[in-house]
Amino acid sequence: MATIATTATDTVPKRPNPVWQFIKAEPSGVAGLFMILLYVVFAFGAAGISPYNPEEIDFAGMLSSPSAAHWFGTDQYGRDVFSRIVYGSRTALAVGILSAVIGCTLGALIGAASGYFSGRIDNAIQRVVDIMLSFPIIVLAMVVVAVLGKRSAFGIDFNLIAAIALPIVPRMARVSRASTLSIVAMPFIDAARAAGFGHSRIILRHIVPNIVAPYLIMVSASMAQAILLEASLSFLGLGVTEPTPAWGLMLSGASADFYQTAPWMILFPGVAITLAVFAFNLFGDSLRDWLDPKLKS
Amino acid sequence: MLWYLLRRLFLVIPTLIGVAIAVFFLIRVMPGDVVVVKLRADGAAVSEETIEAERKRLGLDKPLYRQFADYMIGLTRLDLGKSLWTGEPVNKEIALRAPVSFQIAIMAGLIAILIAIPLGTLSALYRDSWVDHGIRVVAVSGLAIPSFWLGMLIILGLLSLFNWLPKIGYVPLWEDPITNLSVTIWPAASVGYRYAAVATRMMRSSLLEVMREDYIRTARAKGVWTRLIMRRHALRNALLPVVTVIGLEFAFLIGGLVVTEQVFNINGIGKLFVDATARGDFNLIQGLVLFIATCFILINLLVDLLYGWLDPRIRLN
Amino acid sequence: MKRTVLGLAAATIALAMAGGLAQAQTPKRGGTLNFGVVAEPPNYDCHGSTTFALIHPIAPHYSLLVKFDGKDYPKVVPDLAESWSVAPDGMSYTFKVRKGVKFHDGSPLTSEDIKASYDRIINPPPGVVSIRKSYYSDLEVSAPDPSTVVFKLKNPMAGVLEALASPYNCIYSAAKLKQNPRYPETEIMGSGPFTFVEHVKGASWSGKRFADYYDKGKPYLDGYKVFFVKSGGVVPGIIGGQFDAEFRGRNPQEKAQLLDKMKDNLSVFEGTWVNNLMVIFNTQRKPFDDVRVRQALSMAIDRWGGSEALSKISILKFVGGVMRPGYAMSLPEAELVKMPGYSKDINKSRDAAKKLLEQAGVKDLKFKLLNRNVPEPYTPAAIYSVDQWRRIGVTAEHEQLETKLYQDRVAAGDFDVAIEFQADFMDDPTAQFSKFLTKKLSPAGYSGHTDTKIDDMYEKQRRTIDVAERTKLVRDMERYALTQAYNVPLLWWQRIIVINKKIHGWYMTPSHYLWQDLSTVWLDPQ
Repeated sequence: MATIATTATDTVPKRPNPVWQFIKAEPSGVAGLFMILLYVVFAFGAAGISPYNPEEIDFAGMLSSPSAAHWFGTDQYGRDVFSRIVYGSRTALAVGILSAVIGCTLGALIGAASGYFSGRIDNAIQRVVDIMLSFPIIVLAMVVVAVLGKRSAFGIDFNLIAAIALPIVPRMARVSRASTLSIVAMPFIDAARAAGFGHSRIILRHIVPNIVAPYLIMVSASMAQAILLEASLSFLGLGVTEPTPAWGLMLSGASADFYQTAPWMILFPGVAITLAVFAFNLFGDSLRDWLDPKLKS
Repeated sequence: MLWYLLRRLFLVIPTLIGVAIAVFFLIRVMPGDVVVVKLRADGAAVSEETIEAERKRLGLDKPLYRQFADYMIGLTRLDLGKSLWTGEPVNKEIALRAPVSFQIAIMAGLIAILIAIPLGTLSALYRDSWVDHGIRVVAVSGLAIPSFWLGMLIILGLLSLFNWLPKIGYVPLWEDPITNLSVTIWPAASVGYRYAAVATRMMRSSLLEVMREDYIRTARAKGVWTRLIMRRHALRNALLPVVTVIGLEFAFLIGGLVVTEQVFNINGIGKLFVDATARGDFNLIQGLVLFIATCFILINLLVDLLYGWLDPRIRLN
Repeated sequence: MKRTVLGLAAATIALAMAGGLAQAQTPKRGGTLNFGVVAEPPNYDCHGSTTFALIHPIAPHYSLLVKFDGKDYPKVVPDLAESWSVAPDGMSYTFKVRKGVKFHDGSPLTSEDIKASYDRIINPPPGVVSIRKSYYSDLEVSAPDPSTVVFKLKNPMAGVLEALASPYNCIYSAAKLKQNPRYPETEIMGSGPFTFVEHVKGASWSGKRFADYYDKGKPYLDGYKVFFVKSGGVVPGIIGGQFDAEFRGRNPQEKAQLLDKMKDNLSVFEGTWVNNLMVIFNTQRKPFDDVRVRQALSMAIDRWGGSEALSKISILKFVGGVMRPGYAMSLPEAELVKMPGYSKDINKSRDAAKKLLEQAGVKDLKFKLLNRNVPEPYTPAAIYSVDQWRRIGVTAEHEQLETKLYQDRVAAGDFDVAIEFQADFMDDPTAQFSKFLTKKLSPAGYSGHTDTKIDDMYEKQRRTIDVAERTKLVRDMERYALTQAYNVPLLWWQRIIVINKKIHGWYMTPSHYLWQDLSTVWLDPQ
C-alpha cells in the first residue's frame, strides 16, 4: 500500500490475522464463503463429482424420479439432473465472476476518472451514467443480447457476459466516483499534485488503493446479481444454449410441461440458483459490514 | 419547495433526450430484419423482391438520418410511431398492455409495504433475538430466490394442493374483481417477495440507525415507553430510506415483470417487450424501452420529491 | 382425414371414433365455440400471410374458390365454385360460380370478385404483399360471365386444384379492392359463414353467424370467440373452462395433462402433420461439400429409435423422407429404409458413417449447429442430433439464436449445419421440395448447392399432369435428394388435438391450416 494512504490505518491496533478476524466477526459471511467454495469445487471438479455426462441422452431412463442412481432424478431426455446442476455451477460461476469483475473494474475506472478530473469530463460521464441507470437491468441486458447476438469461445458466450456486465458499470461508477471525490478532497492528494506527480500515478497509487474496499463489496454484490440475471436470460431463451447445462435454462421452455409429472426438474435447479445467490449475498453483506468501519476510520 | 421541484424537473429532460437518442441508435445496430421474420419465418419461400417492397412500405429503406428525424419529431408530439409488426400505433400497443403490468406492480408494492414495515420494525426492536434472525433469513432468501422460479413454485403448489390453475386473460378490476385478482395475485406475490425483502432490510437498518441517534437514546432510557417512541420518532425518520427503496424497486419491478409475466402467461408490457425483441420490431422496442425508462425516471423523481418534502434538509442543500 | 396413414393404428382409431360419433348425431344449432390461438395475426390480409395465427381467427369470415375436404383430405371440394371442368389438354380450368352468394355487406359475389382476388395474388398492386405469387405465376384468370371463372395455364402445371384450394386465397370484394387494394389488411369483409364482431388486441377475436351464408342451414354455431394466449396458456385455458379447444396442435405432455384433469370430457385426435424438421448442410463450406460427409452425418442419426423416444416428449414422431409418410407420392417404407440414414440397424449405420468420414479424410469433425430458439420442437431436435453425432465422434456445438438472427444467418449462408423446417398447407411436392433446390430456383434453397439436376427434376414433375407418371418422377427426385443429402429430413411432426367432447363436426386433417372455416362445427351441451 502507498505510504501516505496507510497512515490512516496505522493508528488502528495491529490485526494479528485479518482472516481470523473476519471469521470471528462475521460467522454468516464465513458460511456464505463456505457455500461459494462448495460451488467452486463443483465447478472445477465437475467431471469427477458428477456421476453422468450432463449432455448424454438416455431415453430408457427419461423422467425418472430421484433415486439412488439419479439423486435429483432425470429430465425428459433422461439426462441426470444432479450432473447438470454440478456442471451448471461452471456456467453460473464463469458468467457471474467474469461479468461482475469486468463490469466493476470498468465502472471503478470510469468513476475514478470522473471524480478525479471533475469539471466537464465528470459532467459528460455523469450524464452517460444517468442514461444507463434509467434502464431497468434486465431491459438493458436484453437489448444488448439482441444487438450483439452470440459469440462464444471456450464454451462461454462473451456477448452474454457483456450484456450482464454492462448494467453493473454505471452502478459501480457511481460508487467509485463518490469515494474518489472524498479522497481527492484530502490534503495528501494536493501534496502529491504539488510534488509534480502525473495523473496516472496519482490515480493508481493513491486513489485506486482507496477504492478497493467499495470495489470488493460491489464485486461480491454484483456476482449475486449477475448469476440471477444469467438465470433470467437463459430462462427467456436469450442466454446459455442447450445442451450446455445451466440452471436458468433447465427451468425454461418445455420444463413447464412437466410441472406435475416431474417436479424435480424445476425444483432442484431453482434451489441451486437460490443457494448460490444467497451465498454471494451473505458473503457480500458481511464483507461490507467488515470493511465499512475501516473505511470510516 | 417549488424551486427544488423545478430544478429537479429541469435535470430530467436532458436525461430523457439522451435515453431517446441512445435507444434509437442502439437498436439500429441490432441485426435481424422484422420483414424477413414476418414473411419468411413461417417457412414460405418468399422472393427478395417481395421483401424489399415490404421494407420500402414500412419506411425501412429510408436513410438513417431521415428515420431519426421522423422519430425525434414524433417524440415532440409524444408519438412513438407505428409497430412494424402490426402496423398499429406503438402508443396503442403499450396502452393495451400497461394496465395489467402496472396493477401487478402496484399490488406487489402493497404486499411489500404490508410485510416490510411490521417485519422490519420487529426485527429492529428485537435485534439479535431469534425473531430478528428469523426475519433476516426470510429477507435474505427473498433476495436470492429468482421471482420467475418462485412463480413456478406457486403454480406447482396450486396444482398439487388444489388441483387448480389461475385463469389466463386479464379482466379489468372494476369489471370482475374476483377474476382479476385471481389472475394478478400470483405474479404480484412472486415479484412482491423480493420487493418485501429489500424493504424489510431497509426498514430494519434505518430503524437501527435512527435508534442509535441520541434523542431516541434518552427517550429509551425512560424504559417502558419503547413501543410508543418507536411509533412517534423513530418510525417517521426511519421511513425516509424505506420510501426511497420502495420507489427505486418499483421501477426495477416493471423490469422484473419481463420474466415473471412469461411464467403466468400475462399479456403485459414484459411479454410485449420479449415479443418485440424477438421479432426485431424496432419501433415497438424503442417505444417500449423509452416508456419503461421514462417510468423509471419519473418514479425516481417522485421519490426524490417525496424525500425532499419529508426531510427539509435535502431540498435546502 | 383419409386413412392413408398406414401403420398409425392408434391414430386412425381415435379418428374413427371421433368421426363416427359426430356422424351418428344430427347437428344442433346454436352456441358459441371458444377456442385458443397461440399467436396473434399481425394484420388481416390472407394473401400476405403465412401464419395459422391468421387462418384460425379469420378463415371463418371468408369463402374460397374451392377447398380441401376436412373429412377426406386431400380431396378438393366446392366452396364458391359449384363445379368445374378441366380442358382435355389440362391447360385450362373452368369454374361455375355459385349463384346468390352474398358478401357480409349484402352485395352479391360474382366471378368478378374471384378474378379480382386472384389478380391481387398473382400481380399484386404496389404496396400489397402477396407471399405466394410465384406459385401461381403460370395462371391467368378471366371472368367471361358473372358465374364463370377461367384459369388458363401458360405452362403445364400439376396440382392446380390443390393450389387453388389454398386457405390463404380468401375471396375479397372487387368493388372494395378497387377503392382500396389494401382494405383486407385492416378490415374484414368476405362471404364466409361468420361475420366479424371485434378484435380486442392482445386478447380476443369474435365472429357472429352470417344469416345469409350461401350454404343454407349452416353454420350451426351462433358465433365463435378466439382467445389469444401464449402456448403455455392453452392447458390452463381448457382446464379452467375459458375455452374448449386449440386447433394447431399440442405436445404429448400437454395431452397427458389435459387427460389427467378432464378424462371423460375430451376428444383426442392424433395423426401425421404436414410439417417436418430437416438438417441443412452448408455445401459452400468444407467439409460439407463432400457427399460422404453429409451422408455420414445423416447416417449417424437413429431416426427410428429417436421417433419412439422423442414422440413421448415432443411433437417429433414420424420417420419420413421429403414427402410426408403416408402421402400417396411418398417413398414406401420398404424403399425408404434403403436410403442413407434410414436404416433400421443403427449400429451398422453408424459403423458405415464412421467409414465414410474416414474415406473423406475427415477426422475429429467439429461444427456449429445453427438453430432457432423456439423450444418446441427445435430444441429437442438439436439436443438429440448433437447427442447422435457425438456417438460417431463428431462434435456439434449447438448455436441457438432468436428467429430473426437465425433467418439472417441462414439466408446469408453464414452457418455450418442448420435445423430448418418444412411446413405447408398441403403435401404437393412442388411446395414440399422448395428447400431442396438451388438458390437460383428457390429463395429458400439455403444449402447453397449448385446441383441443377435436382432443379430439372423438380421442374419436370411440376409440369407433369399425369398422376402416375408424376409419382414416379417425384419418387426419383426424393431418392436423389436423400442420396445427395444437401438437406436431410430428421423427423416428421405429430399433430395432437385435444378438444372438449361437446365439440362436433370438426375434422382433423394433416394440416392445421385446413378446414377451419367452422361451417360444419356444432356444439352438443349434453
